[in-house]
Amino acid sequence: MLSLDLSFYNWELFTNYILKGFLFSVQLTVFATVGGIILGTFLALMRLSGKPSLAYPAIFYVNTMRSIPLVMVILWLFLLIPMLIGKPIGADLSATITFIAFEAAFFSEIVRAGIQSVPRGQGFAAEALGMTYGQNMRFIVLPQAFRNMIPVFMTQTIILFQDTSLVYAIGAYDLLKGFEIAGKNYGRPIETYILAAATYFVICFSLSKIVRRIQAKVAIIR
Amino acid sequence: MALDLGVFCKNTLDGEVVDHCFSALFGLGQNADPSYLDWLLKAWGWTLAVAGLGLAIALVLGAVMGTLRTLPQDSSLNKWLVRSSTAWVELFRNIPILVQVFLWYHVIPAFIPPLKAFPSYWLVSIALGFFTSARIAEQVRAGIQALPSGQCAAATALGLTTVQSYRYVILPMALRIVIPPLTSESMNLIKNSSVAFAVSVPELTLFAMQAQEETSHGVEIYLAVTLLYALSAFAVNRAMAFVEKRSRIPGFIAPTNDAGAH
Repeated sequence: MLSLDLSFYNWELFTNYILKGFLFSVQLTVFATVGGIILGTFLALMRLSGKPSLAYPAIFYVNTMRSIPLVMVILWLFLLIPMLIGKPIGADLSATITFIAFEAAFFSEIVRAGIQSVPRGQGFAAEALGMTYGQNMRFIVLPQAFRNMIPVFMTQTIILFQDTSLVYAIGAYDLLKGFEIAGKNYGRPIETYILAAATYFVICFSLSKIVRRIQAKVAIIR
Repeated sequence: MALDLGVFCKNTLDGEVVDHCFSALFGLGQNADPSYLDWLLKAWGWTLAVAGLGLAIALVLGAVMGTLRTLPQDSSLNKWLVRSSTAWVELFRNIPILVQVFLWYHVIPAFIPPLKAFPSYWLVSIALGFFTSARIAEQVRAGIQALPSGQCAAATALGLTTVQSYRYVILPMALRIVIPPLTSESMNLIKNSSVAFAVSVPELTLFAMQAQEETSHGVEIYLAVTLLYALSAFAVNRAMAFVEKRSRIPGFIAPTNDAGAH
């Protein structure tokens, strides 16, 4: 049985190595969630618009993003963005753009399911009242759809937070990288990996408990 | 931007074009210099090996854990089994897959020395298998709970023990119901096998990173790797569709269709 030396677990470990990575992971999660929901809503509306010229590109984009591993998407965009804009790009910015683009596909599926869960009579009533498609979406359908989808959005955000650890592929300084560098500097990789797993577990487990509590409160009573 | 697909026929050692690009694969030709195409196909084999082993582990463990979560809590043993399987699912769902791979590769062999004798890709497969087993357990649990409660009650009324009712009544139907979610989990596992690059398993993602650095023809390399991942996921999808078709029960359309069920 191996004996663990946990003596280096202290506040300095946190502030020197882990805090920077934690802030980056949180920032990446927030940007990807917000950007992903906005872009995902557009994609869902394109897909549900009924016009093939809008629907097919949206379907192609969503299916492509869902069928490639996230690591490959990260590598692709890290290669393509400097090619397209002509100058090198940092790993942090590339990771942010990648995650917004990737999560938009998943959020668009959630939004699409949410829009389709709103009873169709609502849309018909809006039409009978003389509302345009845009007004129907903005005032009637999307508010109800979003309220239905809040627990699913939050679950997807938790999954997103876990997936941010994959920016390891391009060397961005996220939470996992912070733990790894700390482990190398203190010479104790085993203890830091255990601490990393415990940190992710505590964060994701408590967030999923909160999601479960919110799910009960937010449900629309029909 | 023109694509130079000839990069695949280049020698990995010095970048010269190989004599026999296709006939020299896998060292079959005379001047079997390894080309990038050769390397690509070997990497694909590694990906399929890692994913296949992980899938086997995940299906077995996930089905077991999912079943244990649905046990009736009428004895202290059952209560303990339900709590353990819930802990298992929560543990492996809330830690990212990359962190789990690092744990299995660096941390756990220090605690369990026999694991050091395993090849490294077995440890990655175990990590993938345990991660996916938690998700499969949730799907199996949902499938079992989708069955009408009358099935359980009828099994008990016929005098079947808990084990017998699971074996003969509940699991045959529940496992057929969950084949579609299992298909998407299997495709996810093929995609998640890409995290093996972090522990230097020579699979497709590591090939993509290394070949892109060596040749600077990143677009062609990444295109080929992406195509192979999509092809693998599609093949898994078709295989599961075949399994579903072969295991279909004639006349039984949906679990809640009580008109046809017994």
